[in-house]
Amino acid sequence: MASGGPSFLLLSMVPTILLLCIDFACCNTGRRTSDGLDTDFTGFSVPLEHSFEVDDVSQFRVRGALQLRGGRETSVSLSQNQLSEEDRSTLKEVAAVDGLYRIRVPRVSLSADRQSDRPMDGFLTAFVRACSLVESHLSDVITLHTDVSGFLIGVSIVTIPGACRGTEVEDEVDLEAFNTTLNVIAPTNAPQPETALFIERMDMENEKRGKPQEQKSFFAKYWMYIVPLVLFLMMSGAQDQSGGGAGGGGANGGR
Amino acid sequence: MGHCISMKPSAKMAKLVPLLAVFFYLVCVSEAVFEDQVGKFDWRRQYVGKVLFASFDSPSQSSKKLFVATDKNIFASLNSRTGDLFWRHVDKMGPEGAVDTLLVNAQDALMVIGDGRLLRSWDTNVGGLNWEVVLDTGSFQAACFVGIQDTVKHVAVLKKTAISLHYLSNGHQKWVENLPDSDTVKYQAVYSGGGEEVFVLGMVPHSHLTITVYSLEDGEIIRQRSVEAPWLSSVESSCVVVGRGVLMCVDNYTQALYTLAIQAEDSPQFRQVLLQSLDLEVSQDFQPVLVSTQPHPARSPLPEFFLQLGPDHHILLQLSEDGSTIAPLRDFQPAFLVSFATTGEKTVAAVMAPKNTTACAVNLFSADSGRRLLDTTVIFPLDANGGKPQKLYVHAFLKKDDSVGYRVLVQTEDHALTFIQQPGRVVWTREEALADVVTMEMVDLPLTGTQAELEGEFGKKAAIQDGLLPMVMKRLSSQVILLQAWMAHLWKLFYEARKPRSQIKNEVTIETLSRDEFNLQKMMVMVTASGKLFGIDSKSGTILWKHYLENVQPNAAFKLIVQRTTAHFPHPPQCTLLIKDKDTGLATLHVFNPIFGRKSQISLPALPRPILQSLLLPVIDQDYAKCLLLVDDQYKVTAFPSTKNVMQQLQEMASSIFFYLVDSEQGTLSGFRLRKDLSSELIWEVVLPTEVQKIVAVKGKRPSEHVHSQGRVMGDRSVLYKYLNPNLLAVVTESTDTHPERAFVGMFLVDGVTGRIIHEAVQRKARGPIHFVHSENWVVYEYWNTKSRRNEFSVLELFEGTELYNSTVFSSLDRPHLPQVLQQSYIFPSPITTMEATLTEKGITSRHLLVGLPSGAILSLPKMFLDPRRPEVVNEHSREENLIPYAPEMPIRTEWFINYNQTISRLKGIYTAPSGLESTCLVVAYGLDIYQTRVYPSKQFDVLKDDYDYVLISSVLFALFFATMISKRLAEVKLLNRAWR
Repeated sequence: MASGGPSFLLLSMVPTILLLCIDFACCNTGRRTSDGLDTDFTGFSVPLEHSFEVDDVSQFRVRGALQLRGGRETSVSLSQNQLSEEDRSTLKEVAAVDGLYRIRVPRVSLSADRQSDRPMDGFLTAFVRACSLVESHLSDVITLHTDVSGFLIGVSIVTIPGACRGTEVEDEVDLEAFNTTLNVIAPTNAPQPETALFIERMDMENEKRGKPQEQKSFFAKYWMYIVPLVLFLMMSGAQDQSGGGAGGGGANGGR
Repeated sequence: MGHCISMKPSAKMAKLVPLLAVFFYLVCVSEAVFEDQVGKFDWRRQYVGKVLFASFDSPSQSSKKLFVATDKNIFASLNSRTGDLFWRHVDKMGPEGAVDTLLVNAQDALMVIGDGRLLRSWDTNVGGLNWEVVLDTGSFQAACFVGIQDTVKHVAVLKKTAISLHYLSNGHQKWVENLPDSDTVKYQAVYSGGGEEVFVLGMVPHSHLTITVYSLEDGEIIRQRSVEAPWLSSVESSCVVVGRGVLMCVDNYTQALYTLAIQAEDSPQFRQVLLQSLDLEVSQDFQPVLVSTQPHPARSPLPEFFLQLGPDHHILLQLSEDGSTIAPLRDFQPAFLVSFATTGEKTVAAVMAPKNTTACAVNLFSADSGRRLLDTTVIFPLDANGGKPQKLYVHAFLKKDDSVGYRVLVQTEDHALTFIQQPGRVVWTREEALADVVTMEMVDLPLTGTQAELEGEFGKKAAIQDGLLPMVMKRLSSQVILLQAWMAHLWKLFYEARKPRSQIKNEVTIETLSRDEFNLQKMMVMVTASGKLFGIDSKSGTILWKHYLENVQPNAAFKLIVQRTTAHFPHPPQCTLLIKDKDTGLATLHVFNPIFGRKSQISLPALPRPILQSLLLPVIDQDYAKCLLLVDDQYKVTAFPSTKNVMQQLQEMASSIFFYLVDSEQGTLSGFRLRKDLSSELIWEVVLPTEVQKIVAVKGKRPSEHVHSQGRVMGDRSVLYKYLNPNLLAVVTESTDTHPERAFVGMFLVDGVTGRIIHEAVQRKARGPIHFVHSENWVVYEYWNTKSRRNEFSVLELFEGTELYNSTVFSSLDRPHLPQVLQQSYIFPSPITTMEATLTEKGITSRHLLVGLPSGAILSLPKMFLDPRRPEVVNEHSREENLIPYAPEMPIRTEWFINYNQTISRLKGIYTAPSGLESTCLVVAYGLDIYQTRVYPSKQFDVLKDDYDYVLISSVLFALFFATMISKRLAEVKLLNRAWR
């Protein structure tokens, strides 16, 4: 599968990703190190980070790792850690004050041939209300949006259900593991004006309507008028020669 | 207003059903005006822009023409009696059509256009083009008429490297000569004094002046002279030719005048005349200016000239016959503006001097003696809401008694032209600032003037101060006033009913402004690029108030916000104009009453930092003014008004106030949430890499928009619910790669609160300019298809599906499911300049798109044609739903042009506003011209027609009434008879 070209590219890109990861590790002190660092050589991974603080000052920690497999068909999978006891209580506290649960991913390109490009700095961030995350028992949908050339341009997170009804989540077990659905959405191609189909349809309609009439010649169409006319002319011509005298006689007779 | 389309009955009707459906719609939506409705609901005003050159036709009292060339690349003729346009020629926008100079001689008006690209001659009588020649390349420097023996036959055009002479009659080039040493010498002026020679003046800054004399006959260089002039930096700005070929220069540094006879055969020298020796002194930091006059191009200029020594100090000087001495004739201080004018053999100088705080006086002086001419004072009223006078154009003529009469055209800083006749009657005023409207709003008029006055008395304060009895008295007196007003109204109605319709003149003044029954008359508040604000009556187009904002930078961006509408009586409506300097980002606010144009006495917040974004919140303070938030570059938020009440509300709501910022340089869209301390925190970020595409426009929906129907009923009677997200943003991008095969246009629909990308679509092989409308649940955009080389329309519609997620309230935070997106594209057979959607009070009326075409027409295109659910193949459901079968080409029907022949030049924007009638939408289109009309997208279903037969219906009613009465009577009689039997 992996030909020489792509693997070379992938090798060249590994240090850059490691660099990125070192950057994150510094904000990660005191927390358990992520296991999302192992790079699969058929793809690569970027950290998915989250932040939920009672004082709403974002402090991002690693939540999991996104395994991105580039190529023609980009596929993404997510491996993520369980929430610790401490995290769970923080999350519940944040939910109680209607705080935000934020996630962020670094700006990367999903397509393989762009990996060698200089990594872009900065992150894409999104949020959801912490209470809705708690009330949905950590079942969320994370969507990664890419542009035409495969760059990640946006990330979004929603929970299902999305509402905050204020229902208490008693069972701690519900808040242990994320139940995440991951999507990657590339831009759809907008349709062009459908000319071919329309012309085809018009042709068909024209054929249906126009065919029998067009093929008839002038004579074929009006023979029923022409033939009696010709006959009449012929008849009258013949009568002129023979009936001239008779007509004159009649007129004389009338006098 | 309908157009009937007759169809031959056919046996094949059944097969024609789809076609019929189309025809049915065409009948439905046709909305051309009848001939007698022209100008009834609509009006157009035509403008020319800021005048650069102006010239009067002929020096006779009866002449009516005035020629102007403007910064909008327009050459026009105005009627000096009325100020109306005789004709107007609109050239290309931008430097290509810029007017370099305008020279008028008798019947010919010569123009050099596009930095010396073209030379044109116009016939001033009818405005026709005599001829046009393409000039050689090279940037334009100067031009002048060349005449001998009192007849002007040629025109000389000086360019950077060459001089050419053209015949006035046909534009043919007589000769063209390269200028010597044009790489070192800057040639700046050309002069002809009626002889056989053409003088070209050039110079090397701070070194010397060169005089090159060409023969008129064949363009041969007769002589070349070089004169030492180490003080000279520009011939153009500091030198003029005076008298018999004497070059007069002024230098600020040496404080001296320099004279030089340019016709001298031998090597000439500049002669220095110190200003001190003439007892003159230049004001500090002022560059002195010389003004001379050459009444006839075939004769030498007059020996008299003006020297401006300060902003309000002019002096009339005279050069002696032999050119040796300069004598001051008259000192004018204070005097803002001076101008020469010639009629017959007489040349006069007009001087504008301040009279008092509200007016200026213009006086005529004899040019040769400096004596004041009697009875020549003209008073120019200074408008407190206008700018200062900037230029003075004088039209002098000889009266029957051989005395000099004159009229003046005054141009002020706010681009207004005022034409004044002796003894000070303002004949007309043209507000040329309106040629460049930047933004506008329509504001409802107050209920009635008298009522407004009355209610003012019963304000809160009055109630507290006064006792019970005075209150009763006040109420009674107010009732009397009301009764009086009503009687007056009745009387007026009665009086007017007797007069024929054409004689009724509805003079609109600010006092008589009041809302009409259906709120069809509104106040148009227009903001122009020059910084002048206008209040215009939407019914008649009369300018009711104007206000000139001084110190507005020429590149400022404006945003007009209606903070308080007219609905909150007795508080006056309030508009806020945010003026932002594009370079520094610093902003200022101007708060005013949109009905009267008066500046409000409200303390404004200090805005020391550049402003990134402004947003109007629905939060209302105790005075019913909506709260305006201004976000600065440190993401701190300033509230206006910032009363305690507002701050309290803001703190309560802070966590639910979100705003977004767009940085198209970086390609970032970022969302922020307000904190309680009015700082803000970044909550989401979407980054579109600028290597791939750049953001060209972001548009939300109009907050005033109402959507009546939540869904669409489909053929099978189920409902398809619309995705009505009020926070949705349409972000349009264009690819950085402009290759026709790889260029694309991106359309992103982003939720402004959560930053969630709702939809992203890419239109391949397309490029801008993109025009788009975002409304309800749809986005319509127009682009250029690079492959097929045509303009195309595309429509996106968003639906939630057949079930609503939460039908009671929409929250961006709680809409987990993405909407269904439908899209369809169409070919549009014309490029477009702007696009807007109609807007009505309740949103029941179907929507139309108002498409501005480059021809100046506005097309009212039914949204029905831009519906992604138009079926390819017609079936029963789509027929049930009245969907038009898909056709790739969008039709343009002439009856859809809402402005019939009233085309709008250089259409820039269309503004729509709802009226009190659901069927009616008010439309204002602006560009070079301003056009106002009404449109009825679903026809006037709530109004009786103009030609409604009242007589017939009432006679039928009466007849029926009497018939019932009579039959009732008959029935009674019959019953009675039967009872007796």
